[in-house]
Amino acid sequence: MNFQPTEDQIALAEGVRALCEGRFPLERIRAREGAETVVDPDGWRELGEAGVFSLTLPEDQGGVGLGLADAAVVFEELGRALVPGPLVGTFVAAGLVPGAAQGLAQVGVSVRSDPHPAGTMRMPTLIEHLGSLDGLIVVSGPPDDGLPAGKPDPAVLVDVEKVRGTATRVARTLDPLTPLWRVEDPLPGADLEASSVDGTGAEGSGERLRQRGLIVSAALQVGVAARCVELATEYAKQRQQFGRPIGGFQAIKHLCADMLVRSETARCAVHAAAALADQPDAAEFEAESSGTSPGEVLLGSASGAKLLADEAAIANARGCIQVHGGMGFTWEVPVHLYLKRARVLATSLGTPAQLAETVATLV
Amino acid sequence: MDLTYTAEERAFRTDLRRWLAEVLPTLPAKPPLEDWPGRRVYDTHWQRLLFEAGYAGIDWPTEGGGRGASPVEQLIFKEECERAGAPYIGVNFVGLLHAGPTIIAEGTPEQKARFLPPILRGEEVWCQGFSEPGAGSDLAALRTRAVRDGDHYVVSGSKIWTSHSPVADYGELLVRTGPDDSRHRGISWLILPMDSPGIELRPLLTMGGSEDFAEMFLDEVRIPVDLRVGDENDGWRVTMVTLSFERGTAFVGELLESMRLLRELKGLARGTGAWRDAGIRQRIGHLQASFDALWALTKRNVSQAGEGGVPGLGGSVFKLSYSEQGQALSELAMELLDRAALAASPLEAEDLGTDGGPVPLGNAEQVEAWYKSISLTIAAGTSQVQRNIVSERILGLPKEPAPAKAGSGSAMSGR
Repeated sequence: MNFQPTEDQIALAEGVRALCEGRFPLERIRAREGAETVVDPDGWRELGEAGVFSLTLPEDQGGVGLGLADAAVVFEELGRALVPGPLVGTFVAAGLVPGAAQGLAQVGVSVRSDPHPAGTMRMPTLIEHLGSLDGLIVVSGPPDDGLPAGKPDPAVLVDVEKVRGTATRVARTLDPLTPLWRVEDPLPGADLEASSVDGTGAEGSGERLRQRGLIVSAALQVGVAARCVELATEYAKQRQQFGRPIGGFQAIKHLCADMLVRSETARCAVHAAAALADQPDAAEFEAESSGTSPGEVLLGSASGAKLLADEAAIANARGCIQVHGGMGFTWEVPVHLYLKRARVLATSLGTPAQLAETVATLV
Repeated sequence: MDLTYTAEERAFRTDLRRWLAEVLPTLPAKPPLEDWPGRRVYDTHWQRLLFEAGYAGIDWPTEGGGRGASPVEQLIFKEECERAGAPYIGVNFVGLLHAGPTIIAEGTPEQKARFLPPILRGEEVWCQGFSEPGAGSDLAALRTRAVRDGDHYVVSGSKIWTSHSPVADYGELLVRTGPDDSRHRGISWLILPMDSPGIELRPLLTMGGSEDFAEMFLDEVRIPVDLRVGDENDGWRVTMVTLSFERGTAFVGELLESMRLLRELKGLARGTGAWRDAGIRQRIGHLQASFDALWALTKRNVSQAGEGGVPGLGGSVFKLSYSEQGQALSELAMELLDRAALAASPLEAEDLGTDGGPVPLGNAEQVEAWYKSISLTIAAGTSQVQRNIVSERILGLPKEPAPAKAGSGSAMSGR
């Protein structure tokens, strides 16, 4: 056992960081705030050429042939840089939707909604980046109590043109870099009888894709959380009040320390979930020592990692704003963008409450 | 990010499991907490068994007589011992984890030959005399004074939180040998024979009602100079060396115990119907996710230690998080037990689902864990000190202003 990023993984992260700094500097990303399309197709293709979407696709299918642990390292960098667009959907669609692996297509991912009990409100269904999507995959929702191994639904690829035909764009969005469309619910063509995404109707494929999506979304959140620690710390060292840097005051130091504790523990949880998914022997061993099944170990670790990463990203972004004081509340200083992105990601593929419920069933 | 165990690591685990399965059923009944002589016999007997099986000093280097196991093997050792319900380190704690490693690193050949083997064999028990009433988080403010008199030191002062002292043979003692205001630069590390004249022990009752600690008063206690470990006035560095033995496994037993208590709580919640409350379910799920993350963090810290990484910093991150989650777990236990948590001796519920038979509630164990959880954010470096360590040493934020010198009339030196 050596549970540390390998030299290759560290090099991979450095490469992606350099790509983000060169191709997605914050000022260029911010130039598209509020736009209907925030994804620049050339930049998306460059991500594809760098292997971001095809990382875990086998080499004989044109992929990089790496594991989810490598993807976690890469997605943390993308989250850190606030790269906008349907990153998670395109990643899970690689090999299933033509062009996704190469960054020639943008694919969204949505969760199939449960039937609404009579007498309750049906909440609107919102899809991110719909205007520029080439595909949309619908995966199963989080499991209900009593179904710890996840739902057997297949993942379904819906006709994105049909969905777009019924959609209306939301005029203003919480995250200016995540445009949203309100669509019909249930999504046109998202019924289970529609062709499954891998063409086989494989039972459980929807759950498998959801778990992969949970891990890389959690990695994005770790990137947000970790970047907020850096930004808060840098500001606390430089901002002077009462004749000294505010980072010398324990009230600020302890805020920053708690932020680091959250991002470090969440990162370890994400890496463990990814490594368990990559290493069947390790999942088998964990299952044996906890008296569960490997499938339950994977569901629990992916759900728990996303839960902690969501929490770390939101709490750290809030902490970062707090350390920035009044400036943190302005549009100009970019720290609000991390909080807004964290909120978007925390609603995808399972809310914190649903994720906590999933983990609870597996205790 | 390899989570699979090597063939050697798997073999180590298999052998250990086999040995534990053989030896644990032969142990006598555990003595009650207040029976110190009984606890010494029980804990040192277990240490003797470990010694005979080659597991004593698992984390000690071979040149100190230990097993020299890798950090991963140390993790496996603690994991398997906890899962099998093996005895805790108990009264052997200070000898095995503090005094022994210090003597290995800094002791003379004579000190090593005299003091190390009896610790490993479970023949001698140690206690710690570091903290003082006026030197807690600020340990360098300690004032217990050692004055040289020929080939002896004459030591006077008082120490606090000396655990296991009623049954200890030796104590590791930090004393002031430099000027009053010399702080880190005027401290020496001495071996204190506990049968020396002039030592008085007063038990200190914890809020849980147990005598885990004592206050120790030293009145002109004579300690031979050759029982000093390291140079005179170099005791602070000697103490810090001990900390470098930590390999990220310090709280493995506690973490796995917390996971077990959480499983028991889930059973209790299902039994009482509290499980129908989504808030309760989500708190249980959140705690499990946090403990899983801490287990992953432990593996990361242990892996870093295996490559000679700097130990201690990842340990601060772990301790900060675990302390809070451990307290959240205990608060949840108290809420679920409701008024049964007001009883610290075992109670039973009636199982109406079957024949109304009695079901143990586990309340006594949970109340005990609740007491313990309150000390988590205080013992071994308060959470406030840990946050200072994390923010200064990891994040590089400015240090606290240096404390005022003694005699300047400040609150720091005025006590």
